[in-house]
Amino acid sequence: MNIFESFRIALRALNANKVRSILTMLGVIIGVAAVILLVAIGTGVQKEVTGSIEGLGSNLVFAFPGNIEESGAGGPGGTITKQFTIEDADLIDRRLGPDEIVVPVIQAAATLKVGNREMRTTVAAGNEYSGEVFAADYVDGRGYRRSEVQAASRVVILGSRVRDQLFPLRDPIGETVDVNGQRFTVIGHVASQGGSLTGDQDNQVFMPVTTAQRLLGTTDISIIIIKAADPENVNSVQAQVERILKPRFGEEFSVFTQAQTLGILSDLLGTLTVMLAGIAGISLLVGGIGIMNIMLVSVSERTREIGIRKAVGAKTYDILSQFVIEAVMLSVAGGVIGIVLGWVGSAALSTVVPTEITPWAVALAFLFSAGVGIFFGVYPAYRASRLDPIEALRYE
Amino acid sequence: MVENNDSVAAMCLDARVVLEARDVSKCYTLDEIEVHALRGVDLQICEGQMLSIMGPSGSGKSTLMHIIGLLDHPSNGSVTVEGEDVSDMEPNELAAVRNQRIGFVFQAFNLLARTSAQANVELPLIYSGLGGAERARKAREALERVGLGDRLGHLPSQLSGGQQQRVAIARALVTEPSIVLADEPTGNLDSRSGMEVMQILQDLNDQGITVVLVTHDPLVAKHARRVVHLADGRIVEEEIVKERYIARDRLAALSTEEAHR
Ligand SMILES: Nc1ncnc2c1ncn2[C@@H]1O[C@H](COP(=O)(O)OP(=O)(O)OP(=O)(O)O)[C@@H](O)[C@H]1O
Ligand SMILES: [Mg+2]
Repeated sequence: MNIFESFRIALRALNANKVRSILTMLGVIIGVAAVILLVAIGTGVQKEVTGSIEGLGSNLVFAFPGNIEESGAGGPGGTITKQFTIEDADLIDRRLGPDEIVVPVIQAAATLKVGNREMRTTVAAGNEYSGEVFAADYVDGRGYRRSEVQAASRVVILGSRVRDQLFPLRDPIGETVDVNGQRFTVIGHVASQGGSLTGDQDNQVFMPVTTAQRLLGTTDISIIIIKAADPENVNSVQAQVERILKPRFGEEFSVFTQAQTLGILSDLLGTLTVMLAGIAGISLLVGGIGIMNIMLVSVSERTREIGIRKAVGAKTYDILSQFVIEAVMLSVAGGVIGIVLGWVGSAALSTVVPTEITPWAVALAFLFSAGVGIFFGVYPAYRASRLDPIEALRYE
Repeated sequence: MVENNDSVAAMCLDARVVLEARDVSKCYTLDEIEVHALRGVDLQICEGQMLSIMGPSGSGKSTLMHIIGLLDHPSNGSVTVEGEDVSDMEPNELAAVRNQRIGFVFQAFNLLARTSAQANVELPLIYSGLGGAERARKAREALERVGLGDRLGHLPSQLSGGQQQRVAIARALVTEPSIVLADEPTGNLDSRSGMEVMQILQDLNDQGITVVLVTHDPLVAKHARRVVHLADGRIVEEEIVKERYIARDRLAALSTEEAHR
């Protein structure tokens, strides 16, 4: 009997048992697609975030409230007992001298309204030097000025998606926008930048830090960013900032260079990727157990089928080739569908969250699922093929 | 213990022995209790013979059929097919003998589920390496021969018990074997369908094919020329059928009887 005949037999057997075939394939599909998708999200987020920090330039120093080293990988927000204020930023600015730029930053959620259009956004606020630390590519208009920071003027700059949503047909410059119930004037809007350190920049609005404090009814700020005039100096600037803040904050603050921040964030994001991979691994296992279940449930029926085939003259080779081909076809078809689904899913999700397909995840998921499918398809058949036909026919 | 042995042996003088069991026993061990299904059976079946095996339930009829059909191994003794001892054959050689020389009709049909009658009958031909078109033609012919020419595409679940039995018979004879072994081929059938099956078997036998069948029914047994009685794993009696029933005649009689009613 030749290999084409084996293929035809396998196809007929698959066709005669559609439900079993589809369920087996489903196990492979779920496992493969889940792993590809989840690992793609993990990798994508990690790359995007680290990339955006790198993009900020290597001469930045970040001061965070709270002791991040002690609170471990939990990161900012772990044990914050005292927040920074503008006075802290001013103090640093005065003590460092005119060459270094200091930007107090606030981030908070806000609701924007124009007419009956409404959207949730993030407010990112700084001083007149914000443009030095946050790359801003103005499509039209301008950034806020020193006078506007001092006067806490109600001026706002829109991220590209905010502009598209609130002013789909109009030029927004000079228009008024309602932020948390207060009227603001739009003075500029920036080009799309994709995701970033501080979340999705396209979905943000920018305003003076003093304005943001009034809007939020607080004197706190989120972090302080310092730009060293010379990248060579970042470490000495970091040491200086630590000395400046120590008398006021004791141990309850943290100062990192961009490289250190990058390291901490990649650790954090690495943990995220591992967690996602873990979840993916569980889906893989669940898919595998599904395949196993279907195969084991059908072992007695398949063993009887082998008994019938052997009784009418099938040789061991005939039986094995049929079952190997069946299992390989199901697993490969399921694997390919899973890969396509994972791929399409990542592409679809990439509008919401950055994704990047990793070849090792594809290979691992495919090999594992296909391996489980082939093993549980072939092994029981191998055992049954060694029985006397009558034993196979009597199998329960 | 074995009666009429001389006359039975005499029958084989002018014909070849196609199937022979020598001192065959089969013993199953279940939870350390030994069950002797067969205890030393000697049986010679001559070419072109039609033989019935009778005996009470559990006497070892199916076990014997499976062993001489090369579907099972005896615990002791040997089986010879057309002069060849099969004891030392490899599983694949046994498969080839089953495929080419023996057609087996199971007590429980054993058709492939969710697979058409046509495909079921083609099954042995696939394993004898026949091409697709030839296979389809032969399977169709075999099914027509058992009166199922109009049921080729039906699945086993769409056929009556008697029709499934006939599909199983078509599968057994499609390879044109020299021996057909049928385990209770009429067990699940009413008397008319049973007679139809017996007619098929008698026709095969008339063409020179050796037929062995197992039955509980003395009337069915009488369609053969020779009857072997098994009890408790041993052959206890053999007889030559004096007035052999001819299924074709009995069917004709049945039809006229029905017509008169
Ligand atoms: N796989 C097995 N394991 C253990 N005992 C078995 C097995 N198969 C058959 N037997 C025993 O062997 C004996 C003979 O069984 P067999 O099936 O040959 O009987 P039979 O004559 O065909 O009966 P029936 O007319 O009911 O079909 C029985 O006592 C049965 O319990
Ligand atoms: Mg039986």
